[in-house]
Amino acid sequence: MAATASDSEITKSDKYSILLPTYNERENLPIIIWLIVKFLDNSGYDYEVIVIDDGSPDGTQDIAKQLQKLYGSNKIVLRHREKKLGLGTAYMHGIKHATGNFIIIMDADLSHHPKFIPKFIELQREHDYDVVSGTRYQDGGGVYGWDFKRKLISRGANFVTQMLLRPGASDLTGSFRLYKKDVLQKLIDSCVSKGYVFQMEMIIRARQLEYTIGEVPITFVDRVYGESKLGGSEIIQFAKALLYLFATT
Amino acid sequence: MSQTISIFGSFRLTFREMTKLLEWVSVLSAFFAVWYSLIGGYVKHPLIEKNITLVLVSPIIFVLLFGLYAVTVILYRVFTFNNCEEAAKELQEEIKEARRDLQEKGLRW
Repeated sequence: MAATASDSEITKSDKYSILLPTYNERENLPIIIWLIVKFLDNSGYDYEVIVIDDGSPDGTQDIAKQLQKLYGSNKIVLRHREKKLGLGTAYMHGIKHATGNFIIIMDADLSHHPKFIPKFIELQREHDYDVVSGTRYQDGGGVYGWDFKRKLISRGANFVTQMLLRPGASDLTGSFRLYKKDVLQKLIDSCVSKGYVFQMEMIIRARQLEYTIGEVPITFVDRVYGESKLGGSEIIQFAKALLYLFATT
Repeated sequence: MSQTISIFGSFRLTFREMTKLLEWVSVLSAFFAVWYSLIGGYVKHPLIEKNITLVLVSPIIFVLLFGLYAVTVILYRVFTFNNCEEAAKELQEEIKEARRDLQEKGLRW
């Protein structure tokens, strides 16, 4: 590959801050960090992992400290908070301390595999996208551990959402994404919803603000340890957010 | 084309697009206007008079057809949803490997 001097300089200065919001992820945290280190050290990109633990009672923070000792405090950054305060504020908190110009957001429960991060980065560089979103709904993507009912709800909700909002991205509720740092900041500032529908609003706002969005198919292996959450209250939350965005964007 | 007008510095009025709700309302009203002009006798044509019942129930037919389309597409996507057996197996292997490696490095949890 022939790269000009200025190209390689830009490439060199790119840094990726991976935000890992955790709550009771003692089992998963060492593994996810081990995987991140494995796949990103291999790819040669400059990165840091920012663990934002919301006061887990299970000792997540102790294990995070051990991991920091093992991998170094320039790779593993700990930004804990006293108590559970919601995803949006966790990201804000993480961004404040992030030294990278790109932010990667993923779940710490092993449903998002770090092997996709280099793919996100490559696609972003190829097209200079503002956002790259992982998608379970396109060829090459998929989900492990979902029964018929869960798949039906997921596909049904996705169909209705695509029809009503035409968001220009196929996976709205997924939360494995790469953002330019300033773009993420603006998106969070313009979002009003809380909880997991926050992810959907982020993509809709991105469309509204005319940011470019790329997609990488990802395999989603549902929680290996711990329970996966999808109940009636999540569905109602989703429907409310959908109608709100339908009427206002 | 999007246009943005700045008023009072940070407060911005943006004329970019209608809300999705308004888009739906406008398209549906256009259809309703056509349909109403046909059944109300505002447009006269022997073909319409001959098929007036069909015209009358056509909105229901459209809704039913669309419903059928939606159900077909959704079910097709449910049954072709990739199960990622490989990815799950690979992850299990990697978890074992990670545990072994981290334990060797003295991590206790």
